[in-house]
Amino acid sequence: MHMADALLSPAVGGTMWAVSAGAIAYCSVKVRAEIDDRKVPLMGVLGAFIFAAQMINFSIPGTGSSGHLGGGLLLAVLLGPQAAFLAIASVLVVQALFFADGGLLSLGCNIFNLGFLPAFVAYPLIYKKIAGTRPGKIRLTVAAVTAAVVGLQLGAFGVVLETTLSGISSLPFETFLYLMQPIHLAIGIVEGLVTAAVLSFVYQARPDMLPAPAASPRHTLRPARAMLLVFLSAALLTSGVLSWYASARPDGLEWAIAKVTGQEQLAEPRSGIFPTLASLQRKTSFFPDYSLPGPDRPATHEAAERGAAASASAADLGTSVAGIAGSLVTLILASLAAFLLRKRPGTA
Amino acid sequence: MARIDAASLDITQLDRLALGDTFLHRLDPRAKVLVTAVFIIAVVSYGKYEVTALVPFVLYPAVMLAQGRIPFRVIARKAVFVLPFALAIGIFNPFFDREILVRLGPLSINAGWVSCAAIVARSLLTVAAAIILVAVTGFPSVCWALERLGMPRTFAVQLLFLYRYIFVLVEEGRNASRARELRSAGKRTMGMSTFVSLIGHLLLRTWERAERIHRAMLARGFTGEFHARREFRFTGTDLLFLLGWSSLFMVMRYWNVSRIFGNLVTGIFR
Repeated sequence: MHMADALLSPAVGGTMWAVSAGAIAYCSVKVRAEIDDRKVPLMGVLGAFIFAAQMINFSIPGTGSSGHLGGGLLLAVLLGPQAAFLAIASVLVVQALFFADGGLLSLGCNIFNLGFLPAFVAYPLIYKKIAGTRPGKIRLTVAAVTAAVVGLQLGAFGVVLETTLSGISSLPFETFLYLMQPIHLAIGIVEGLVTAAVLSFVYQARPDMLPAPAASPRHTLRPARAMLLVFLSAALLTSGVLSWYASARPDGLEWAIAKVTGQEQLAEPRSGIFPTLASLQRKTSFFPDYSLPGPDRPATHEAAERGAAASASAADLGTSVAGIAGSLVTLILASLAAFLLRKRPGTA
Repeated sequence: MARIDAASLDITQLDRLALGDTFLHRLDPRAKVLVTAVFIIAVVSYGKYEVTALVPFVLYPAVMLAQGRIPFRVIARKAVFVLPFALAIGIFNPFFDREILVRLGPLSINAGWVSCAAIVARSLLTVAAAIILVAVTGFPSVCWALERLGMPRTFAVQLLFLYRYIFVLVEEGRNASRARELRSAGKRTMGMSTFVSLIGHLLLRTWERAERIHRAMLARGFTGEFHARREFRFTGTDLLFLLGWSSLFMVMRYWNVSRIFGNLVTGIFR
C-alpha cells in the first residue's frame, strides 16, 4: 500500500506533505508535554520492532498465501495515538530512505494513509469504543478486526483518491476502487486477527503493558479540536501557495482544456454520484481546483491532455524521431559524464 | 527469512557507503536534502505523457554515483525491487488509454504505453535520488538536516532511536525466525499461532529492552538530544552545489534538452 512518487502529482504530494507535517508537529508537542518520559525509548524501540515484524511472514490459513503484520493498530493500542503516529511515521521515513519503499514526495500520503488513519481514526473511534478499558478475548478480537478493517479500507481509499487526483495513472476511479477495497478487506481481517492475538498474548504475560485508562472524554475532545485546527491551517497554507502558483502559471491540464473546449472548466454531469461528491467537496474544499473526476470526466480530461501532448511533442514522424534520438544522445552524454568523473575521483 | 536477511543487508550496505569521504560526503546535509527535494519535484511535475524531457535528469544520479563512488548495482537492486509496485498501477494505462500518440513509420504507439513509460522513468529517477541521498549523507545526518530545516526535535529523536534499534531488532527477529525454521523440519512458512507467539515474545523482549534503555538513559542524564559525529557548517561550496543543481533542474524543466539534441542530430542528416 506504499505509494510511489512516480504516480503522484506535486500538488497532491505537497498537500499531503503539509497535512502529515502538521500532524507530526502536533504529535511532537503532545508527546513532549507528556510527563511519562518512558515513552521516548519505547516509541523508538517499538518502531524498530514493527520494522522487524513486518519482515516475518506467516501463512494465512486456507489461502496458500502469506502475510505480515502491518502494526499500525498494534502500536496505537500500546502507545496511544500520538506516540503511535510518530512511531509509524518514523518507520515509513526509514523505509522510504533505505528501501525506496514509498517515495520521498509520497511520504506525506503514506504517513497519512498508514499512520494517521489507524492512529487517529480506527483506534480512538472504533477500537476504543468497542474494546473499552479491560476487554475480554472476544471483545478484543471484535474491536481489533473492526478497527483494522476500517483503517485499511480508509487507507486503501486514500491511495485510490490520491492516485486518481494526481492523474498519472489512467485507471478510472471506480475500477481502481473495486480493485483495492476487496483486497484490503481481506488484509484488514487478517491484520485484525493477528493484532488481537498478539495483544492478548502480551497482556497475559504483562498486564501492566495495558495503557492506563486515564483519558477522560473531556481530555479526548480537546486534542481532536486542536488537530482539526492544525489540519485547517496546513490546508489553507498549502492551498494558498498552490493557488498562487496555479494562477501565476495555469496548470497544463486546465490550459489544455481551455484550448480544446474554449472554456476554463468543463460542464459537470448532472446525474450520478458526481454532483453529490462535488457538493461534498465544495463543503469540505481542501483543494477546490482539483476536483474529483466524475463518471465521464476522465475521458474528456485525457483527450484534452493527449491532444496537447500530441500537438506539443509528437505530431509527425519527424518530431518523434527527434525526441527519441535526442533522448539517446542525452543518455549517452550523461553516462559519459559519469564515466569521466569516475576516472578522476581525486579531482573532487 | 530471505526478506529479513535482505533487509539487514540493504541497511548495512547503505550505512557503509555513507561512511565514505568524498566531496559529496563532506557537503552539508542540508544542501543534499534540498537538492534531492528540488530534483524529485522537478521530475514529478511533468505531464503524464512526457518521457523525452525526463531523460536529461539521468545526469544527476549518474554524476552523483560517480562522484560519491556508489556502485551502480546498489541503485539497480532497489529499482528492481520497487519498480513492480509502480508498474502494477502503470500497466493499466495502455488498456485504458488507447489513442495513438506516436507514429514511427509502421509502428504506432498508443498514449497508454507512453504514459506507462513515463511512470517507469519517474520511478527510476525518484528511487535513485532517495537512495543516493542516504548513501552520500547517512541517516543520522539526514535527520540532523531535517531538524535544522524545521522538523520537530521530538520526531528527530524518534528517528534516531528507531535507526539505532532497527539493527538490534532485525537481528533478534532473524534469530527467532531462524530458530523456528531449524526446529520445523523444512516447513518454510509458519502458521498464525506460531507467528503470534513468536511475535509476542519478541514484543515482550522489546518492551523490557525499552525499560532497560530508559533506566540507562536516566543514569546518564539524557536531555533529549543526540550528538552527531560531524557538525556541519553551510559554506559557499554547499551553496554552489545547491544553486548549481537546482538551476540545472530548472533549465531542464523548462527546455526539453532531449528534443534540442534530437533536432540537432536529425538536422545534420537532413
